[in-house]
Amino acid sequence: MAGLKVEIKKENLVYKRTELLTDNTMHYCPGCSHGTINKLVAEVVAELGIEESTIGITPVGCSAFAYNYIDIDWIQAAHGRACAVASAVKRLHPEKMVFTYQGDGDLAAIGTGESIHACNRGENITIIYVNNATYGMTGGQMSPTTLMGMKTTTSPQGRDSSLHGYPFKIADMVAHLDGVSYVTRQSVHTAAATRKAKKALKKAFEKSLANKGVSFIEFVATCSSGWKMSPVASNKWLEDNMLQAYPVGDLKDI
Amino acid sequence: MAKIKGVIIVDKERCKGCDVCVSSCPFGVLELSTMVNSKGYNYSQMVNEDCIGCANCAVMCPDSCITVYRQKQE
Repeated sequence: MAGLKVEIKKENLVYKRTELLTDNTMHYCPGCSHGTINKLVAEVVAELGIEESTIGITPVGCSAFAYNYIDIDWIQAAHGRACAVASAVKRLHPEKMVFTYQGDGDLAAIGTGESIHACNRGENITIIYVNNATYGMTGGQMSPTTLMGMKTTTSPQGRDSSLHGYPFKIADMVAHLDGVSYVTRQSVHTAAATRKAKKALKKAFEKSLANKGVSFIEFVATCSSGWKMSPVASNKWLEDNMLQAYPVGDLKDI
Repeated sequence: MAKIKGVIIVDKERCKGCDVCVSSCPFGVLELSTMVNSKGYNYSQMVNEDCIGCANCAVMCPDSCITVYRQKQE
């Protein structure tokens, strides 16, 4: 572009794609929060300099292919069993940094038992939980964390408590367990929120490295395809609705 | 008075045209192009020179396709 006075050189660089992200194009839909959260994970791992000693456990769900995008070691777990696999990996390799990356369908639905017991045992792992209140990969069905009155393909009249129960606030639940040292809820719907989320993620990883028990970080996220909205409208909807039910902030920090 | 000027470089082929960077820019520097990339997405581009290099767009970009440079103008 003509007339610009900014020289393209290393000294002037403010932000660039972290080299820990591979060149593969992400399969996520345009505007998906997973892309931003994957990027934050890569940046934090790179900043802590633990690329060689980090093992991630991917779930079943949209984020199952995270191993294609971040250049660290990964294990793909069976549906919902990421926390159980992470517990085993951490016990066998206590010097490694082990984290799971799970969605609400994986962690808060089929894998509730594994997740809660890993938290209760106080495994020295980080659990990254991406809550978009819907089953994104399979077409936007209702999940345990779907908001009251929220319309999904399997609750076309909106979620009804008499029929479907109430939104599952698993972060609030695990905060009561003694094995858990850090529980926080973050979002990535604005640049400021994303920067805060990165700090929280870094803190969670540092706590895991110091073997302080489970660090549980929930990301309130969007699923623009599942919610049938544009990415920008999804971010607005998240701010107006999701953050009322799932307010951001630290729930436990010891 | 010294002013801070920024410039961004968008990886057009990687961009999926989600519009999140456009809405996150405090100075309206970005807009989606009327042209499309090889995947058929209207990619994001700079439309004026008001950029201050705050990197909000790059932090928000889910596909990490924005690089930001900033320089003090004497």
